[in-house]
Amino acid sequence: MLLLALDTSTSAITVALHDGSTVLAEASTIDPRAHGERLAPGIRAVLDEASAAPGDLTHIVCGLGPGPFTGLRVGIVTARVLALATGASLHGLCSLDALAAAVDAATAGEVLVATDARRKEVYWARYAVSAGSVVALSAPAVARPADLPEGVRALPALGRGPLLYPEFFPAPHGPLDVRAGVLAELAVSRLGAGDALADREPLYLRRPDATPHVVAKSALG
Amino acid sequence: MTTPDQPLVLGIETSCDETGVGIVRGQTLLVDTIASSVQEHARFGGVVPEVASRAHLEAMVPTIERACRDAGVRLTDIDAVAVTAGPGLAGALLVGVAAAKALALGLGRPIYGVNHLAAHVAVDVLEHGPLPEPTMALLVSGGHSSLLLVPDVTADIRPLGATIDDAAGEAFDKVARVLGLPFPGGPHIDRVAREGDRLAIDFPRGLTTGRDLERYRFDFSFSGLKTAVSRWVQVRQAAGETVHVADVAASFQEAVVDVLTRKAIAACRDQGVDDLLIGGGVAANSRLRALAQRRCDAAGIRLRVPRPGLCTDNGAMVAALGAQVVARGGAPSALDLPADSSMPVTAVRA
Repeated sequence: MLLLALDTSTSAITVALHDGSTVLAEASTIDPRAHGERLAPGIRAVLDEASAAPGDLTHIVCGLGPGPFTGLRVGIVTARVLALATGASLHGLCSLDALAAAVDAATAGEVLVATDARRKEVYWARYAVSAGSVVALSAPAVARPADLPEGVRALPALGRGPLLYPEFFPAPHGPLDVRAGVLAELAVSRLGAGDALADREPLYLRRPDATPHVVAKSALG
Repeated sequence: MTTPDQPLVLGIETSCDETGVGIVRGQTLLVDTIASSVQEHARFGGVVPEVASRAHLEAMVPTIERACRDAGVRLTDIDAVAVTAGPGLAGALLVGVAAAKALALGLGRPIYGVNHLAAHVAVDVLEHGPLPEPTMALLVSGGHSSLLLVPDVTADIRPLGATIDDAAGEAFDKVARVLGLPFPGGPHIDRVAREGDRLAIDFPRGLTTGRDLERYRFDFSFSGLKTAVSRWVQVRQAAGETVHVADVAASFQEAVVDVLTRKAIAACRDQGVDDLLIGGGVAANSRLRALAQRRCDAAGIRLRVPRPGLCTDNGAMVAALGAQVVARGGAPSALDLPADSSMPVTAVRA
């Protein structure tokens, strides 16, 4: 197995290679405005570091968000086209899962993942974490921090939400951004458990901003 | 193995609402595949960037697959990947650029980021053979209205003039709305105008007289024309008069194409250029094609207009420009190639 994991749903442009037992190489850059520029060089870098060629890839795993749309699409279209070009199988999973999986080993129990959704909102979900296991307790959603239940806001919180809205999230608990190494580990573990990770669609959670225009009174009438 | 001057190039175009994938071998078109999201935008009365970007993401892989299938080409046969790096809608461009990088990286082939406007010029080699050097180019679309002197489409494009407000295609869309015609307005105005009298109403010709002409010799302005049409219709409607839509459409269209062709020919004469190329979506307009032909014939200028399918945004034009860059030994772009929504036409390659 040679699995490439990538995620562009947070401020990180993050890429990792996994051989089924360990992370061979990982590259991350923090730059919320440069997903389009940094992702492909990052993939090239991890392949070079592992002395691998694109044609050696057997699996490509992409974080499907939720996350700011423009950056998110860079990762998803890259994964899709790279899978087409190399013949590797394409897989996807929720990026918030990868953040929850990055919680330190000492933490067990319920955690909140809250990432930057812009427009004074966060993408969020609750998870039950224990050694080697991450279980989502809620579907990913988008909301204003104030609209999350108080008990949820008080949970140990991962992602940039607590950094941006400290008044609402009293228990910040890094990391801030997805790391592809963690995404790769999670994917290898789930694939090994028989989950096909067959989702490939972006988790937008919002409709495009646009209102149908009122048709002008026709001069034909 | 492809000969160096006949490279097999796949081009990707996502600068607006069309996901275009074209494949050329040198100057020969193999396939031009388009997935358009125009119908999704129609109910909004214009292109919604986020809607376009989402549609590009969904259409990208199926469009590449269909292009290869229809051309009888395997992806591994491709010598180079070309992509529109700008100008255009930032989020839409980014989907195409990221896809092109993934393709180039995955196949181990070079990537060429190219200018959308240059590609609109370069596409004509697929239909009418090598471009005379220099060529004068009039590019008219929903986003652009430019007069360009083109000594070398792969490396040297000099802007002579451009619209100072609305693009010509934008004026068509806005006037169509006033007349109750659907989006996009161009084809509908063209159709309706055929039944109308283009001399019925003398709408203004922007930047064609006096000091305006001196100061904006090769520039265009369509905003005042759009307002004039709108006011003309409102006044008639308020007075309870019947508005003859066909006459308004034909007269508006005549005002646009009159200015476009007049200035294009003046630019040819001014620069001593004997070849005029018209490209961009508005070049599909039948009246523009007819009037340009008549005026070029009278002025002794050779006119080149690609067929309508190659005038609107497409992937073949990007592949065609990429192939010409490859054939002339142009350097490929780096993998950190950015999408540049305001890429100047003077930058043919990114």
